[in-house]
Amino acid sequence: MAGTASTAAPAADVARVVVPERSVRHDLRAVKIVLHRELIRFWRDKVRMVSGLIQPVLWLLVMGTGLSNLMARGGGPAGDIDLKTFIFPGVCAMSVMFTAMFSAGSIVWDREFGFLREMLVAPVSRGAIVVGKCVGGALVATVQGAVIVLLAGLAGVPYDPLLILQLLVLMFLGAFALTGFGVMMAARIKTMQSFFGLMQMAMMPMMFLSGALYPLNGLPAWLSVLTRFNPLTYAVDPLRQAVFAHLDASPELERAFNPGVTWNGWLVPVWLEIVIVLLMGFGLMGVAILEFRRAD
Amino acid sequence: MPSGEPAVAVDGLSKRFGDVEAVRGIEFAVRPGEIFGFLGPNGAGKSTTINMLCTLLRPSGGAARVAGYDVVAQRDDVRRNIGLVFQDPTLDGYLTGEQNLRFHAELYGVPRAATAGRIEQVLRMVGLWDRREDRAQHYSGGMKRRLEIARGLLHSPRVLFLDEPTVGLDPQTRASIWEYIRQLKEAEEITIFLTTHYMDEAENCDRIAIMDKGQIVALDTPEALKAGVGKDRVRIETADDEAAIAAIKERFDLEARVSEGAVTFSVASGEAFVPRLFAELGVPIRSVSVSRPSLDDVFMSFTGSTIRDAEAGASDHMRMMMRAARR
Repeated sequence: MAGTASTAAPAADVARVVVPERSVRHDLRAVKIVLHRELIRFWRDKVRMVSGLIQPVLWLLVMGTGLSNLMARGGGPAGDIDLKTFIFPGVCAMSVMFTAMFSAGSIVWDREFGFLREMLVAPVSRGAIVVGKCVGGALVATVQGAVIVLLAGLAGVPYDPLLILQLLVLMFLGAFALTGFGVMMAARIKTMQSFFGLMQMAMMPMMFLSGALYPLNGLPAWLSVLTRFNPLTYAVDPLRQAVFAHLDASPELERAFNPGVTWNGWLVPVWLEIVIVLLMGFGLMGVAILEFRRAD
Repeated sequence: MPSGEPAVAVDGLSKRFGDVEAVRGIEFAVRPGEIFGFLGPNGAGKSTTINMLCTLLRPSGGAARVAGYDVVAQRDDVRRNIGLVFQDPTLDGYLTGEQNLRFHAELYGVPRAATAGRIEQVLRMVGLWDRREDRAQHYSGGMKRRLEIARGLLHSPRVLFLDEPTVGLDPQTRASIWEYIRQLKEAEEITIFLTTHYMDEAENCDRIAIMDKGQIVALDTPEALKAGVGKDRVRIETADDEAAIAAIKERFDLEARVSEGAVTFSVASGEAFVPRLFAELGVPIRSVSVSRPSLDDVFMSFTGSTIRDAEAGASDHMRMMMRAARR
């Protein structure tokens, strides 16, 4: 019996499969597989993983150390807090931002290599594909960010499980908003070159105006206004608040390094910042879905 | 799909890109279980037609039903019931062969319990089961195409569309792809709709529609199309070619010429003509061969040019169309 069974091809039992009507469950499966593909691709692309680490590590260890030195000599208010500690949340945000943009860029890549077509002719809603891309991109970016979090010790940030959890959740939210932004752009852009050109153009100002690298208090009015309009500002500040909550910093140091974000003198609470980031993420993703629907 | 209904039914379908009419009101029906070929030069409107049937392009006019569903109003139903193999590869090279299929199964909502078995079945069918764990980027051109065919079949579509399935492949691989397509027809209850601009491949179809400049100029079985040309090609080797050509002109009123070292001419029912030729020519004949008209002759008789000439002319037309489509 066993002998005869092994000679028969097991596949012959499956004559024909039936594809069901569209349903929410089917859309969820589509979201999951698009997301899963992002993770597989990220995992397979070791070069991307390493190159995504180089820039943040440079900022943290080289720039951070160099500038700390300068501040210590200048006798500023640095006191017992390292500048590296200050820019650590900013570096986390930057690392997440670059990875998120790369993930969003994969839509342009898919378009160039034809794979987008395979997805767009499937009997599944465009929304499911975009949601899968955004959540997948955010997850990948968070994984990359988690590696930076592991370097916390080098920046004098304590390894507190609660802090690590807070950082990961906040990074995920920021990454989600940024991937939404990237996917929205990718819906319209046809070549990788123009996508990365445009991203470079958008990311540099966003980074420099976000408070990732310097505190946002006491700036000249024009710069102060620009930073308040930068969405990334509201993704960076909660990260820094979380880090400083786990440090023993004197009130004077807190004021100098962790002033928070103010609107015309009013301190924006962290929950509102998180809401801003979330709304932005959903809004941008919504626009991306509309764009992919219209592209029919 | 109710039985008896055509697998594909097209009625007055047209598509314009700006000022250019790429497809001009075509009409045809494909029977269930048929291998139906669209033959024509590049730029004739074949891909535009296939894209409309696959719901990727919205028609400018007319209607089409695929697997019993309207391509505009019931787009999702059409999509569930068709498989697609595009002209350009659409695989993810980072994924293995099996992962590419799994992605497709999930996206199409193939029932979980059936997925693994079905993936194995289609991979074995195209001979890639042993390579399932290799990344698609390491496959050869022919293997990639086979994987795409397997993927197109995965969700048991009623109609499989193949847009130029063998373009860019070497002759041996092309032959093996055709072998798979024929086997497929035996193994699955499926209608196959394909486009090609290779004459010899069109011979494999049950019926062919010849498309030129956005219109269908002929539609029939390859045999009937060739019989419709009405003339066979006769080649003779003689002791004196010039005398033979003159004699053919004088005795039978046929135009002959020397082609590839033999006197060649066209005549209706060539085999029946051969005994007369021997009896009446008066020039010694060393050998004779009669061949049926090729699809090249068919294409020529319907469009007045060879498919190669038509392609040279159509590339200008196509550039215009693409410019219009980009706008």
